Amino acid sequence: MTFLQFLITGLSLGSVYAIIALGYTMVYGIAKMLNFAHGDIIMVGAYLAYFAMGKYNLPALVAVMISVLVCTLLGVVVERLAYKPLRKVSSLSVLITAIGVSYLLQNGAQLLWSSAPKMFTSIIPPNTIRLFDGQLTITHLSIFTIVVTLAIMIALTLFVNNSKMGKAMRACSEDKDTARLMGINVDTTISVTFAIGSGLAAIAAVLYASAYQSISPTLGSMPGIKAFTAAVFGGIGSMPGAFLGGLLLGVIETLVKGYLTTQLSDAFVFGILIIILLVKPNGLLGHKYSEKV
Amino acid sequence: MSNLKNLITRKFFAAGKLNRTFSYLLVIIGYLLLQSLSNAGALTSHFSSLLVPLTSYIVIAIALNLTVGFSGELSLGHAGFMGVGAFSAVIVSGLLTPYLPSAPLRLIVAMLAGAIVSAIFGALIGIPVLKLEGDYLAIVTLAFNQIIKTVINSIYLGYDNNGIQFSFVNNKISLGPGAVTILKGPIGANGIKRISTFTAGFVLILITLLIVYNLINSRKGRAIMACRDNRIAAESVGINVMHVKLEAFIISAALAGAAGALYGLNYSTLTPAKFDYNLSIMILVYVVLGGLGNIAGTIISTSILYILPEQLRFLQDYRMIIYAVVLIGIMLITNNDWFRYQLARLSRKLKRRRKKAKGGAGND
Amino acid sequence: MTKMVEYPSGAIVPERDIGYRPVLEALHLGIDFGGLTAVDDFNLIVGKTEIAGLIGPNGAGKTTVFNLLTKVYQPTRGTILLDGQDTSKMTTVDANRAGIARTFQNIRLFNNLSVEDNVKVAMSKDFSYTTLGGILRLPRYYRQEEEAHQKALELLRIFDMQDLAETAAGNLPYGAQRRLEIVRALATKPKLLLLDEPAAGMNPVETEELMNNIRKIRDDFKIAVMLIEHDMKLVMGICEGIAVLNYGRIIAKGTPEQIRCNPTVIEAYLGSNREV
Repeated sequence: MTFLQFLITGLSLGSVYAIIALGYTMVYGIAKMLNFAHGDIIMVGAYLAYFAMGKYNLPALVAVMISVLVCTLLGVVVERLAYKPLRKVSSLSVLITAIGVSYLLQNGAQLLWSSAPKMFTSIIPPNTIRLFDGQLTITHLSIFTIVVTLAIMIALTLFVNNSKMGKAMRACSEDKDTARLMGINVDTTISVTFAIGSGLAAIAAVLYASAYQSISPTLGSMPGIKAFTAAVFGGIGSMPGAFLGGLLLGVIETLVKGYLTTQLSDAFVFGILIIILLVKPNGLLGHKYSEKV
Repeated sequence: MSNLKNLITRKFFAAGKLNRTFSYLLVIIGYLLLQSLSNAGALTSHFSSLLVPLTSYIVIAIALNLTVGFSGELSLGHAGFMGVGAFSAVIVSGLLTPYLPSAPLRLIVAMLAGAIVSAIFGALIGIPVLKLEGDYLAIVTLAFNQIIKTVINSIYLGYDNNGIQFSFVNNKISLGPGAVTILKGPIGANGIKRISTFTAGFVLILITLLIVYNLINSRKGRAIMACRDNRIAAESVGINVMHVKLEAFIISAALAGAAGALYGLNYSTLTPAKFDYNLSIMILVYVVLGGLGNIAGTIISTSILYILPEQLRFLQDYRMIIYAVVLIGIMLITNNDWFRYQLARLSRKLKRRRKKAKGGAGND
Repeated sequence: MTKMVEYPSGAIVPERDIGYRPVLEALHLGIDFGGLTAVDDFNLIVGKTEIAGLIGPNGAGKTTVFNLLTKVYQPTRGTILLDGQDTSKMTTVDANRAGIARTFQNIRLFNNLSVEDNVKVAMSKDFSYTTLGGILRLPRYYRQEEEAHQKALELLRIFDMQDLAETAAGNLPYGAQRRLEIVRALATKPKLLLLDEPAAGMNPVETEELMNNIRKIRDDFKIAVMLIEHDMKLVMGICEGIAVLNYGRIIAKGTPEQIRCNPTVIEAYLGSNREV
């Protein structure tokens, strides 16, 4: 029964990772860049929801919508101002720029909202469902998180596979120049991808903050790295991979914490990542690209 | 970073003689200047306290440039090697204190130990990981960095009159008379004997310069850069790419370890959390801004980017924001087409002028 | 015109190479990519100092054959004997050390290294000092570096490129880049030199010069050369034996005269239902 308990907790944590990882992987797939500032968008999203709910007493749903909207906008603005001018140069320059953006958001948040952690009230009342005579407790938040993630995954898959913009995204991630020749507006497509990724980050932010009930300017860095790991785990650039990677990472982390050690859980998670990459160098569901000689 | 090599455009001269002379001069003059200022009491105590860390950052930045710039592998985990070196040195120095009272000698032994242990870790990680390419290598080095930090976080080590005691994860150490605790899990080490000196750092930089410049100007160095420029062509002319990349990675790890040893023995307390990926990224920023494959550039950028924010502490909370904006600004400006065009035009002009001067002298 | 002699097996080699072990014996070589057979039943003998040509329409599998011979690809079937040594299971690196070197259709130079360093990189057989010896600059370092410098210049002189030694390879004009690739391959002291479209992008004068240089390389280094080329003037002009590849299979082998009048070859190049 404890195993089931850990599994559900893990799936719920993994769901949050999966949402962030989806954003990571979409941005990577299309812009071929490691968006180091992605984690900090999460942080901004959490603060926005916090202020909307705590300060202006808006209902949770409105708060989430505001958070998503502003983060989407932030993502697009960052892409346009900082990343777009660097699209043709080396990805290392973009990486450094993303690090700069990350520093900027983190320290900006510190300046505006102070580095002291703030109490975040969960958007879902802390009720639980008890099963098997109370041996298994599931919080409403866990269920909500898992359901939301599933919905996002389904919606996103439908969008990418069926909509015109989705097709444009796939075309751009294959070959931007050819896509442009086929009449696809590459700039718009990339902006939309950043918008979706950042919007997802805001949703993940609210769920994550609801689970931990505390937010600080460095909140985003750890889930950011974990989600990045999850995306690589599943095969970076692959959406089902990110989803699977996120869930697996959450479950593994929770199981290690529950059964083995809390202190070394990160070492285990990252150790398993390394082993997976050695066995499958392109991640669980990633494609292999070989250079033509 | 599959197109890492695009950034290293025509920089082969950066490893050339001019760059080498410039680096040595820079380091020697910098040392003499700062040392005499320090002797004259012209440096604030805050500034003086930055000197040893600066030297160790310069060393690790050069080491990282060997990996990223010359070998073309993006590592996001060099702080891990620095941490390994630092804590190895702290342990070695701590255990040797009763037997080796001479501080300079102990520092040398500790730095060697830091370099060797770090090199071993470099080999352990490099052998499986260097098969991966580009961004996968980046994430694995980052993961390794986190693992190292977490593992050091769980080590408890001390000794008393009865010998050494060690425990992992749970602190089971109970020391009797003559107790000295060296590592205390997440708290790290405290009560470290501070034996690092600015002069030691200066010597370590010189050794690093010697190793890296001599390496890249030897056959192995050419092979390292060849593998970076074109892996398939390198194999076609009989270069064992894995082997060459591994050697570069191990040397880089060893230098990072030595830098860590110098760093660790400069403080009386040291926590494992210091060596997380934020430090790795900070050093990567030094390297990229200094120029990939450009060692003199690395020395300059590290000095400026480390000292300047430290001296701007009066700006308080705005300091890091300014740093971030400057970072983004530099990246945007230096990669701007118009700016690059102007720069290229300027350098062409200078070249032509130099040629003219030469030609004129020849005609006389 | 070289006199070609037929082996009992049907393979032909120049008369002067009779009595020497052929530099290359490819036997039933084949490779599948997934379900697709890219090259099949590839049999070829190249004489010790032969200049051989591999021709065929686009997509016939010529470069794939080169990739098989240099072990960039692992053959699905068959055997490669390089001067009698079985290289079928070797890595690219070991195959090169065994004596096969190549150039690439899409030029692959070490763009950020100087021309001279590009050549020196390939000269690992001439060096014996270790990494540590290089860092410590032991006497052997200075001696071997000086020898390598002289030898690199000597090799560059084949194409009159010695004055470009200091230039970054990536800054060379296209033709010079192709020539540098040949020099680099030669620096590995091969027994068999594979040239993948060496005349691509060259004008007739440059091509003429290249032909002379290929002959000169064969004569001076006493090695065999095998080349892929679309320029028929070059192929017919210098190749002694020619193999024609179509859809991954050899459809004809012979001297230039034989190939020129071979109806199968003409059909492969021009199509069967040609309407005038």
